[in-house]
Amino acid sequence: MSKFKKKTDKGTPAVSTASLPDIVFMLLFFFMVATKMRDSSIMVQNAVPYATELVKLEHKNLVNTIYIGTPLVNYQAVYGTAPQVQLGDKFASVDEIPFFIEKFKAKIPEPQRPMIFTSLKVDGDVTMGIVSDVKTELRKSGQLKLNYSAKNKGKK
Amino acid sequence: MAKRMDNEVNASSMADIAFLLLVFFLVTTTMNPDTGITVKLPPWSEDDAQEVKLNKRNVFAVLVNANNDLLVRGEPEDITSLRERAKEFIANPSHREDLAEAPNKAIISLKNDRGTKYATYIMVYNELKAAYRELWDAESQRLYGVPYSEDMSTEQKKKIRSKYPFILSEAEPTAFGEEEK
Repeated sequence: MSKFKKKTDKGTPAVSTASLPDIVFMLLFFFMVATKMRDSSIMVQNAVPYATELVKLEHKNLVNTIYIGTPLVNYQAVYGTAPQVQLGDKFASVDEIPFFIEKFKAKIPEPQRPMIFTSLKVDGDVTMGIVSDVKTELRKSGQLKLNYSAKNKGKK
Repeated sequence: MAKRMDNEVNASSMADIAFLLLVFFLVTTTMNPDTGITVKLPPWSEDDAQEVKLNKRNVFAVLVNANNDLLVRGEPEDITSLRERAKEFIANPSHREDLAEAPNKAIISLKNDRGTKYATYIMVYNELKAAYRELWDAESQRLYGVPYSEDMSTEQKKKIRSKYPFILSEAEPTAFGEEEK
């Protein structure tokens, strides 16, 4: 009998939280590795179209993003409702693209420069006119690797 | 003295600090995977493009106008049947006179208006790319018994791609239907 009674009046021990910092640090490192710093806030409407033949861009530090779309409502008073090109965190005209490309190139070590991708994040409702102007500027500045940003059609 | 040495640093606030850092990183970073359709643009040249005589049967001309309608080889077409038509054109399984002589001679020509919607353009581009991918898949199944994927050896990929090279030529868009600035 006494064998079974011994445990009763000890109370429940507190759950040890000693490993909590380790767990949180693990999460922290995961997020540090898997994510990328937000470099610019998007100032244009940017609902990229859906597609199926997608390629994933691997090296995020070698990706240069150009946004095209209608300015968001709070910028419309100044910039109007026509589609605009956003380079970095400001609106820009198409002629500024070569300089933008060169500026980005300068930050990348020489051997990796041929691997730079330009990601075009274009709103689905934009007409092709501005997109082809951007493409022409990219060709003129020798940036031929291009990625039309699109979402996977299968899953939403 | 010796007794003081084994005092431990209180580590209970470590979790709080780590949480704080974690929340900071969650807020300031993005994780959306960058996916998209990869394209290689032709290099820019100042002089006018040379005129190349092409056999008409080898050209698959796709025109997307400002109303987002498709014109494939001179006749209106629906986007849902574009992929099948492109595939039939490239592979030409029944050796028809009006389709491509050989898959490596087939050229897709894509032209759009300045007023074409970007989403439509991407849809068309996607379909054309999908047509090639399906052909690559079929060829890969025939040769190696596995569907085509980027993980295959370079040699295998080269062999498949040289049979069905993806040649897409984009003409300068016509200034039609552009919105006023």
